[in-house]
Amino acid sequence: MSSGAAIADRPEREPRHGLRIAILWALFTVVVAPLVVLVVGPHIPPLDRSVQSHDQHVVNVTLTALVVPVVGLIWVYFGYSIAVFRQAKGGAIVDGPPMTGDSRIQILWLAITSVIVLGLATYGTVGLFGSSHGAGGGQGANPLAKPADASRALQIQVIGQQWLWTFRYPGYSGVETPYLVLPVGRTVAFHVTSLDVAHSFWAYELGVKADAIPGNDNVAYVEALKTGSFQIRCAELCGLWHGHMNTTGRVMTQAGFAAWIAATQRAYAGVTKYLPPYSRVYYPEPLRRAG
Amino acid sequence: MKGRALGVAGVAAVLVALVLLYLFDFLVVTPPAVSAVPQNGTAHLTLQTVPSYGHPPDPDWVSYLGRDQNGNWQHTTIYKVPAHTLVTVTIYQFDTATGLRNPFLAQVRGTQGGVASLNGKPFSVLNPDDASHTFTVPDLGLSVPLSGVADDAKNQCSVAPCPLTDAHTTITFTFRSPGPGTYRWQCFVPCAAGFIFGNGGPMQAIGWMDGEIEVA
Amino acid sequence: MEAASTLSAPGATEGRSFGRQLLGFNIIWAIVGGAIGYAVGHWIGSKIGAHVSSQTDTDQDDVAILLGLLCATVGWLIGLGFLSYPLWRMLGRPATLREREEHGPWRYYRLCTDHKVVGIQYLVAVLFFFFVAGLNAMFIRGELTSANATFIPAGTYLTVVGLHGTMMLMMMSAGVLGPLGNYLVPLMIGARRMAFPRVEALTLWLTVLAGFVLLSAILLGGFPTGWTGYAPLADQARGGIDAYLVSFALIGISLALVGLNIITTVVTMRAPGMTWNRVPIFVWGLVTTSILAVLAAPVLLAALFMVVLDRTIDTSFFLASAGGSPFLWDNLFWFFGHPEVYILALPGFGIVLEILPVFARKPLWGYRLAVAGMFGVALLSFMVWQHHLFVSGINANLRPFYMFTTELISIPTGLIFLNAMGTLWRARIRFTVPMLFALAFFFNFLIGGLSGVYLSDVPSNVTTHGSYFVMAHFHYTIMGGLVFALMAGLYYWVPKMTGYKLNEKLGKVHFWMMFVFFNLTFFPLFAAGLLGMPRRVSSYNPDLHSLNVFVSAAAFCLGASMLVLLWNLVWSLILKREPAGMNPWESRSLEWQLPSPVPVHNFDEIPVITSGPYDYGVPGAPPVAELKPRVVAGEGGAA
Repeated sequence: MSSGAAIADRPEREPRHGLRIAILWALFTVVVAPLVVLVVGPHIPPLDRSVQSHDQHVVNVTLTALVVPVVGLIWVYFGYSIAVFRQAKGGAIVDGPPMTGDSRIQILWLAITSVIVLGLATYGTVGLFGSSHGAGGGQGANPLAKPADASRALQIQVIGQQWLWTFRYPGYSGVETPYLVLPVGRTVAFHVTSLDVAHSFWAYELGVKADAIPGNDNVAYVEALKTGSFQIRCAELCGLWHGHMNTTGRVMTQAGFAAWIAATQRAYAGVTKYLPPYSRVYYPEPLRRAG
Repeated sequence: MKGRALGVAGVAAVLVALVLLYLFDFLVVTPPAVSAVPQNGTAHLTLQTVPSYGHPPDPDWVSYLGRDQNGNWQHTTIYKVPAHTLVTVTIYQFDTATGLRNPFLAQVRGTQGGVASLNGKPFSVLNPDDASHTFTVPDLGLSVPLSGVADDAKNQCSVAPCPLTDAHTTITFTFRSPGPGTYRWQCFVPCAAGFIFGNGGPMQAIGWMDGEIEVA
Repeated sequence: MEAASTLSAPGATEGRSFGRQLLGFNIIWAIVGGAIGYAVGHWIGSKIGAHVSSQTDTDQDDVAILLGLLCATVGWLIGLGFLSYPLWRMLGRPATLREREEHGPWRYYRLCTDHKVVGIQYLVAVLFFFFVAGLNAMFIRGELTSANATFIPAGTYLTVVGLHGTMMLMMMSAGVLGPLGNYLVPLMIGARRMAFPRVEALTLWLTVLAGFVLLSAILLGGFPTGWTGYAPLADQARGGIDAYLVSFALIGISLALVGLNIITTVVTMRAPGMTWNRVPIFVWGLVTTSILAVLAAPVLLAALFMVVLDRTIDTSFFLASAGGSPFLWDNLFWFFGHPEVYILALPGFGIVLEILPVFARKPLWGYRLAVAGMFGVALLSFMVWQHHLFVSGINANLRPFYMFTTELISIPTGLIFLNAMGTLWRARIRFTVPMLFALAFFFNFLIGGLSGVYLSDVPSNVTTHGSYFVMAHFHYTIMGGLVFALMAGLYYWVPKMTGYKLNEKLGKVHFWMMFVFFNLTFFPLFAAGLLGMPRRVSSYNPDLHSLNVFVSAAAFCLGASMLVLLWNLVWSLILKREPAGMNPWESRSLEWQLPSPVPVHNFDEIPVITSGPYDYGVPGAPPVAELKPRVVAGEGGAA
């Protein structure tokens, strides 16, 4: 049975551990934070192909910068403790001082973490409703964070089905195409829905992600800033070819888009007349095929 | 200690055997492949779609079959074609129509001339309600809807492989194969009877209504 | 307190011949019973299913499979002897109480109500399924070494992913509650048993069955949904999903029962003198976990049952075109799913805060704050679940609220770090293997927790949802957190449970390999997710090929480190068997004042607790309990 072992003989003046840790922490923050923000930061995805992806990028860099002092505190403190507060080798096991708590430190910690958390929540909310107009995320059928020109946005319906993305342009005779093309510099409203199971429409470089849920019209806004192609992937497990449900979209100039959509309407005129009328959601029948 | 060591070795051997069984008998099981037959500079692939496979203990599902170089029908959906070649595909379609969930897939896409031939007559858009299956390779932009046999046709096939004397439609099309790689293909008609949305069972199983095109 | 007469029943049956042991209720008959039950249930189900058009059309009889698995469960339990006590009592005969056997290795293969036997049975079961799930992870990483070409076909790959995830979640939910909770809680509070010993044994055997039922999915066509079982894909899937539904339901029942057992034991059976202030922090961790388990697991059961109904009697809970909604599944599942991840995390907190004082030789700093933190986490965990659905098309009004509550939960979680930091201040650290794992816990959980901050911020969530970033986040918190803590607990308490030392050198090799390769495996996955790799895919952008090859190589080395653990366990516990002694770690805690391994009746007499277990460095501190108290009339000892 172990009784309280002897407390170590301490030198008269205990080294100022707290001060040392504080200095190391400050050094860490001052060195690493700029490195993170200036060197790593610009490469943190998503980059700036759209207004929404740019805003996500700013949020990601900000969060990374805020994370640095927290990581620094824990790493420096634990590292210092592991290096300095050690049991002497050999001999009987010696106990440390019997400290059980300090309410001032506890209250201070609680206060500081609460302030940080409230700040983060406010920052996130402001970011969500600010210039990014929803940050490219799916907002459901009644989006709150709408751009000012939402009523004039180009509507594109994204239809997820097992295992292909198709896109309908209601403003262009409801033509459906397996290719996604957007005009640059214009607000686009994606209406994401599904015909069968849950998928998730992820336009990577544009920073758009909205789940495709059958019976749900999930609206996400994007405004592309540069022309070029972007990857489209499915981000919700939907069965066998979930990982292969990939395609490439393109952002064109406004003139290029106009030419493309006209050509597409001509090419698919034959099948467009068979399509059901454009609707926010579809309920294909029947639910189960008979044998 | 010797006895215990032997016991440990015995248990370890059994566990390793189980792991190897799992790996080779379940995980890396690769179905056989059928190669397109070369003829006069084009490669020919001959397939059939059947309404019920009919060979227990395998499930009694709709399925694709491929004809190998000896003229025998194989129950596989892995098809090998040469690279950068014109490939002519002939599909004997023995199943009745189910109808497309998304009528867009009634459009013929990605073939030579943008058309396919149904019983000898070219078409570019099928009536979606007549579709029984499709042969779609999304990564190549290739999609051909396959017309169904009439519901009241006589001599409907019930066990694969189906002979050409049974009621069927014939669809042919030609496409140019890309560079080497593996490209998935699938049917888009929700033809899996009884499953929700018609997309379960064979529609989610390689070897039935899904497969791969291996371009070498 | 406890009457001695319940300890060795009259006509105790140990010492029976090998043949007699073989023929009695044990795991062999459980397997036989399960097989017979499956056959009977399957036959009845097929007769019913023959009249349901959806079952005949699909040529896959879910009714038969589900009834078969249900009857297999009953057969399994009968084979173990769970029905014998109620049956004998109903027939008016005295029960044989073989389950109270006290000696012999056969106890470990059957229903035994000794909580220590149940703890060790749980340990073996959890470790076995942990390795099975880990093996599947190795196959996943093997497949991901190539960007396109598959050596595991796409459908089978999804089953492997689902097996890995579901097996790990199922087993790790009970990973601490089962082995360490059942073994240690009575010892730590000074009791001779758990409150409900037969229920305790039931939870173990349901867990073992659940593991095997999940593996049977391989024979039923696999399942494509991963561990989250999203409907409507679950409604549509092949027969393997029935195995997933039944096994997860069994675990849900088991979790709820374990939780009830632990709460009841701690509330009612503490030894005299064990005030709430002296309850070890590990026990507090398990109590808060148990509250979550009891409240959340039934919701899972309801959701799974709805999928069963959709698949068998053609209801449409989750089918939008027939009036249902996939959101119903999303919300029900995550209402369970979020407390579930805290069921995983809280025991980890309990273990590391229990171990730190012993090897820092200082009291646990901020004991009350730690307890409050755990309760705060438990309470808040019910209010955050919609953060899994930020981009799913939920009502846009909900998103700021759930962002706030999710950020809020980082406050009580952070308190654990404050406790650790306070305990380490001016400590005298010994770097034993348990302490190494406990320190690594904080390194890993920091990264895991901070990545959660990104995920809780809605604009950042749009970048990272459904990608490998989420994968890295939860592997850092669950594996880097709970599994490292479980390793710490293993190395710390296995000498007490078995009486044998675990080899220190092998332990250190295991630790360093696991720590280094764990970080090398999962840290790059944050980058993979940010670079656009979705979850659960076997084919990805070829630009990410080198990254994935690197991660797979590190993962194989991580798997190798687990083999070191396995070798350590086999070597130390089966082959070498060096005695550990009563208190090799020189801990003040009550369980370390007992012989190793702990004798059947735990305490010779119920002790009287005289101080808390963390009074290191207190001059003249009394031992934690008087093991042979003088009982004086009138001295009751406040509970």
